[in-house]
Order: sequence, then structure tokens, then C-alpha cells
Amino acid sequence: MTDLFSKFDGVIALRQGLLDSGHTDPFGLVMEKVESPTVAICNGKRTILLGTYNYMGMTFDPEVIAAGKQALDDFGSGTTGSRVLNGTYSGHRACEEALKDFYAMDHAMVFSTGYQANLGIISTIAGKDDYIVLDIDSHASIYDGCALGNAQIVPFRHNDIEALEKRLKRIPEGAGKLVVLEGVYSMLGDIAPLKEMVAVSKANGAMVLVDEAHSMGFIGEHGRGVAEAQGILDQVDFVIGTFSKSVGTVGGFCVSNHPKFEILRLVCRPYVFTASLPPSVVATAATSIRKLMNSSAKRAHLWENSKRLHAGLRQLGFTLGTDEPQSAIIAVIMPDLQAGAAMWEALLNEGLYVNLARPPATPAGMTLLRCSLCAEHTADQVGEILEMFGAAGRATGCIN
Amino acid sequence: MSDRQQTYATLTELIAPFNKKGAAVTEATRFAQDLEWDSLTVLDFVANTEDEFDVIISMNMQAEIETVGQLVDALERLTAPGR
Repeated sequence: MTDLFSKFDGVIALRQGLLDSGHTDPFGLVMEKVESPTVAICNGKRTILLGTYNYMGMTFDPEVIAAGKQALDDFGSGTTGSRVLNGTYSGHRACEEALKDFYAMDHAMVFSTGYQANLGIISTIAGKDDYIVLDIDSHASIYDGCALGNAQIVPFRHNDIEALEKRLKRIPEGAGKLVVLEGVYSMLGDIAPLKEMVAVSKANGAMVLVDEAHSMGFIGEHGRGVAEAQGILDQVDFVIGTFSKSVGTVGGFCVSNHPKFEILRLVCRPYVFTASLPPSVVATAATSIRKLMNSSAKRAHLWENSKRLHAGLRQLGFTLGTDEPQSAIIAVIMPDLQAGAAMWEALLNEGLYVNLARPPATPAGMTLLRCSLCAEHTADQVGEILEMFGAAGRATGCIN
Repeated sequence: MSDRQQTYATLTELIAPFNKKGAAVTEATRFAQDLEWDSLTVLDFVANTEDEFDVIISMNMQAEIETVGQLVDALERLTAPGR
């Protein structure tokens, strides 16, 4: 008998090698207690969280929590059904109304996760003989959406406007075209030149989908994302987003002004063939989304945090993913997985949690310590974070 | 030189800068196993090939192409007159 698991032997060996070298498993952390959006207890130790997607710190907002508790009391713990059968409660509709107001768009469709939103929308709207042109550094959910559908998949070099244009021009006359972009790329925290890319896409007759998962709530005057910040949100056909980052719970969505958008509720399989979100989740999401509309002071503070951490890490001598801070993600580039794991562990011992990211999630085979800031990080906490990076960096030899 | 020979010759030139191990290249050479290319190398090579021949080699097509000869065949189809 062929062991179907033999294909994982390479990954098993890589992981074992890391553990054998004496490192704590960087992918097995348990948080015993979560005190706030920025602090948790890990291994009995108070730990500052710098590796969550809780950009706007909404997870402990009193109004958000109250809305969730009320929905639990009023509607129960779950819907036990699909959105198109017994799984649409008034809370799901209210959540979609909140999204329409947030983005000032005509239609909103809530999925059970952000992953499923990309999976569902991309695989459904791009069919056989259509072309999907996507940035090579796209998130796994975008690639999986491509793999689930039947379209021709054409990647282009990261953020390369000319490479996108060339490929669009080579697509056969009359074929349907979908360009898939992200506002913020989550590994390096860099943003896309959406203004130019959307213009090129439209000039070549393509529809455009932008995943704004890592920019919602933070980037743009109203927190609508990079497309808003660059002034071309009205040119984007589909915005994909998630509730698991700035919104502070779980779920995904697509908003659009396409006049036929609502038909997707009947033809999109990852929307139809799964249970809808629990009532408490959509209640917390709707409350959070409405609060995010009026959070410009928090957005300003988050930008301050991002700029200060970026400048401070650079001053300490770390190599960063971007020359200037472009989002709430600051990626510290490590020479290799061993050094990354050692630094990750040293930071955890100091009382700081960051994300260790490695291939295949990262571009160009890089190992990254990914720091994501929160609007609830105080100025004092950012100072503490920089001190811990300095101490851990010197202890591991990453910096002098 | 026939069109096919010309395509093969051009392709050999495009492969050269990525052939770090200096492996001998024939039509039977396999990109993954013989040239030991990872996905990033494949991306760069495909992008250069697409630009050289002014075609699209979609990921769907790439999945069917294992050897240099198969890529020559694919390029012959993609650049055939009347397409």
C-alpha cells in the first residue's frame, strides 16, 4: 500500500529539524488568556500582541460585545443552515446593509469566511474560456478560487503595471477578463498601484476585483481601503473583504455596484453549500462596521504607530519589507528560517508575539517576522516593542 | 531552419540564464526534475518566454508542460498563423 502521507515527508523533516535544533514550535503557540486587543497571556507570561490582524482593536469594544451577547440571547448560537434556505436572519441582512453603507455601494453579500468570499466570487464569475489575470503574490484564497473554477489563469510579476498590460493585450478578442488585485499585500505590507492598474484593466475591457482584507477600516478617508485612498473605488467592480481583521470577528464579503450582482446568491457554491454565520457573529460585525465608519482618530493613531515602528526598527538595523510604512504591517526580513525561528522565540521570551512567516506563504522564499500594529497599541507599548526587538536582535546576533 | 527549429533555438537561449547547473538541454529535458527549477524560476522564465513570443502561457497550460519539447509544441500552436 502506498502511504498517501509520504508526499508530506519533506515538510515533516523540515519541521522536525527546526524542533530538534531546540526551538519552540513557532506554529504551536497557545494563548491562555486574552486581556485586550494588544495583550495576551502566553506560557503564563504577559505578552504584547504584534502579530494579529486586529488593526482597529474592535474585539473588546463594549458595544460590539453587547450586540453579540444580545444576538445570542435573541437568536441562539447558530443558524444551522445555508443563507439561501433557513440561514438568513435579520442580523445577516443588517450586516449587509452596514457594508453597503460603509462602502456606499449597491450590493453586499456576506460569506462565512473571507477565504470563502474569494473562493466563491472568483470561481463563479470567471468561467470556461474567460481569463483571470492576477498578481503572482496573490493570497492563497485567490489561487484556490482560480483552481476551483475553469478559467485560464495568467499571473503577472508583483505590482508590475507593464506586465499586467502586456498580458491583457494578448488575451484573445472577445474573451471575458477578470483582473484580481489586492490593496495591501499581507506578507511585506506593501500596497498596489491600483490607480494605474485599474486604468490599464479598464482600458483593456477587464472587470476588476480588489481584495481589501488588510486595508479595510484603516486605509482611505472612510477606511474603505487602498482603492479609496487612490481615488478609484468607483472603478472597481468587486471589493472582497473580511470580518476577521479590522472588523474583529470572522466572516467574509463582496460588495459591488454590478446591476446583476444579486444572482450570485443562487449560483455561487461556496455561498450556498455552507452554513451561514452565527447570529452573534453578524451582530458583532454589523456593530463594528458601523463604528469603523467614524474612526478617523483611531486611523490617525494607527498610522503614527506604523510610522514609529518602521523608523525604530530601521534605526535598530533590521531589514524591512518596504522602504517606508505603507500599511499597518511591517515585515522584518530574516536571513533564513533558523534565524527567524530563533528571533521569534527570543521575542516571545521578551514578551512579544509576532508572526513568523515562511515559504510557501512568503514571496521569493523569504522568512519574515511580520509585525501588525493595532490602533489600540499605546505609544508606550510601541516603545516597549522597540526595546524588545533591540534586546532579542542583539541576543540572537541579528543586529549588532 | 524550420519554424520549429527556430522556436527551439530561441527557447534554448531563454533557458540558458536560468540553467544554473549547466545541465545539457535537449527536447527531452524536464524543467522541474532535470533543471531543478522552483516555482519562482518558472515564473521568471515563463514571463520572458511570453514576452519573446508575444503569447500567453496560462497556468492551466503550464500544468500540462513538463519538457522543453512540449513547450516548443505549445509555442508552435500558440504562434500558428490564423490563430
